[in-house]
Amino acid sequence: MNRTLHLVAAAIFTGGTALFAQTAVPDISFDANADLLRAPLDTFVGEVGGVGATSKGQIFVYTRTGHPYATLGDNRTFYRNGSRLFQFDATGKFVRELGQDVYGFNAAIGLRVDPQDNVWTIDAGANQVVKFDTEGNVALVLGRKPETMVVRPAAPRPEGAPGAGPGGPGGAAARRPGEGTPGSTFFRPTDVAWDAAGNIYITDGLGNNNRVAKFDKEGRFIRQWGATGAAPGEFRGLKAIAIDARGDVYVADVGNKRIQVFDADGKFKSEFAGVGTPIAMCLTRGATQHLYISHAGDTDGMEDAAIYKVRLDGTVVGKFGSAGKLPKEFGLANSIDCRTENELLIGELTNWRVQKVTLKSAATR
Amino acid sequence: MKRSLPLVPLVAALVAAASFTLLPLAAQTRATATNVPVIPHEAVPNFFKNAPGIYTGENMGIATNSKGNVYIYHRANETRLFEYTPQGQFVREIGRNNYGFAFAHSVRVDAQDNIWAVDEGTDMLVKFSPEGRVLMTIGRREDPILSILNMPGNGTYHGRNEKYRFGRQTDVAFDQQGNIFVSDGYFDARVVKYDKNGRFMKAVGKRGTGNLEFNTPHSIATDFQGNVYVGDRGNARVQVLDNDLGWKANYPNVGNPWAVCVSGGPGPKNPGKQYLYSSNSWQDSAPAAGAEFTGEVYKLELDGTIVGKFGRAGKAAGEFATIHQMDCRDPNIIYTAEINNWRSQKILLRPS
Repeated sequence: MNRTLHLVAAAIFTGGTALFAQTAVPDISFDANADLLRAPLDTFVGEVGGVGATSKGQIFVYTRTGHPYATLGDNRTFYRNGSRLFQFDATGKFVRELGQDVYGFNAAIGLRVDPQDNVWTIDAGANQVVKFDTEGNVALVLGRKPETMVVRPAAPRPEGAPGAGPGGPGGAAARRPGEGTPGSTFFRPTDVAWDAAGNIYITDGLGNNNRVAKFDKEGRFIRQWGATGAAPGEFRGLKAIAIDARGDVYVADVGNKRIQVFDADGKFKSEFAGVGTPIAMCLTRGATQHLYISHAGDTDGMEDAAIYKVRLDGTVVGKFGSAGKLPKEFGLANSIDCRTENELLIGELTNWRVQKVTLKSAATR
Repeated sequence: MKRSLPLVPLVAALVAAASFTLLPLAAQTRATATNVPVIPHEAVPNFFKNAPGIYTGENMGIATNSKGNVYIYHRANETRLFEYTPQGQFVREIGRNNYGFAFAHSVRVDAQDNIWAVDEGTDMLVKFSPEGRVLMTIGRREDPILSILNMPGNGTYHGRNEKYRFGRQTDVAFDQQGNIFVSDGYFDARVVKYDKNGRFMKAVGKRGTGNLEFNTPHSIATDFQGNVYVGDRGNARVQVLDNDLGWKANYPNVGNPWAVCVSGGPGPKNPGKQYLYSSNSWQDSAPAAGAEFTGEVYKLELDGTIVGKFGRAGKAAGEFATIHQMDCRDPNIIYTAEINNWRSQKILLRPS
């Protein structure tokens, strides 16, 4: 398990040179407010796993902050804390915290706001996707947090045994690597999207599973697709997902440095590359939809980064940003909100912030 | 070998200490300087005052800002950063429960009064504005999922020498241009230079005993000319580097430098004469064996000439049980943070 994760991490960040094959991508001029969020002095936004805005402009941030704890139990170790969910108003003023002390806020990796303004958190530690309604109540929980975490290298356990982590079918018929177990047994899930009917699509993920899992709006499992590999319909780490107005499903296949496109049943339609190593993706809502795709070519967010604006056919329209710590630079831009096409919210891991980016040049058409 | 049997309990104690924290590879040694004049000193009694219910734990880092306020970075139940007035009254806490605090190591204040916490649990530097907002971070906390799966126990030297990841880095310093120097650390053995925007410029060093080699570079300071003074603790010397991290000199006669500081503050440059202080700290396990010949702080000219020394190992006021960091903005007022005594002291030196 341990080694697999390393391989995935390595696969995600090796190279990033594919983007150089594509020449003359126009630069989009832009401004950024890097000091957007104003939390109280005793409340800290850490690594931003996900950021999203509601239709009323409220900004939600799911962040790795505070301390991940291992609590000793009777011959077992429990894992808790590590992430929090904050709400800010459109100007960045702190409004409130949601989900205080819930069971599964451990390693924030994503946040999305659905068309009804519900807020969905994705947690790679708890292996859970949680829906908060507009009142802040928990409305749906997908996946289950592993009861315990292995904190020392131990003797190999049978797949599916308690503590071994999910991902194995546990004695069922042999499956292809990464195919996953039908249902909500996630392993480091990363993102969520919805189609027009409210069906839920989850990328699962950066662990042993390499699949998209589809549920109905009540959370009932419908189908899954994918396995580990580089062929069409296979993945090496799924990091982000978006669904366009026609119902086509775009998946950021981070290790294979490509975006794959499927129909709503998971049938492969097309793929495109030329967007570097895609670690975040957002689909605009206008009549002509575009994708914004965050490229991270190094693990530190200091060498090679850009955000691409891409047509749905994969044509790169332009790019902006570079790696670093200053305003208008990005340190692992892990989350993009593009509710407003030329005014983006971009959450970063290493810089502990959300930047509000305003795109200016004609290249944004 | 003939002495090995009586040493067994000591070795066992050292191994036990190593399993927790800071043991240098070489045991703490006697300073080789001789005939050093003693500088009279006194401790301000009970200088730091906390409100009821507020405690500091192991005091790992201490630093003053330009207004004389004092910051103490310490290991209580949680690692915490406290601010005090120049009169020693508790003012407030900074950075509570932020993602970069897990295991305090040191704290420094730069020329703009920003506060830099050096945390060896998260392998991060966190730069706070004077009001306590996060302005920048360098280094990155290990991904929590990877870290729990790979829980390495006590950890070990790896020397991986990456641009933006530390191996239990120990301290930070700044030159007049705002460049950032990091001593790194227990699991690496190097000095890393970043520009003021946190962009990597250069790293030198690996584990060893030669010039530009280190055995736990534990503390770091700069002078107004931009020279860099590295407390090379395990090698029992201060290594002096130029601003481009080229080797200049070794000061090998002041014991094992756990903490170094250069007077004058981080800048801007002022006409005051600068001195280097180096603490030959009593080990953090407070072994009786070392009590007689450690615990003193040396005062040196920047060229390495020893001016004098003060202090000794102990628990009483004015004695030191493992100084881990010093602030010497004013060369005659030394703030000392101590591990074993769970305290910091304000020390007044009486020159001549």
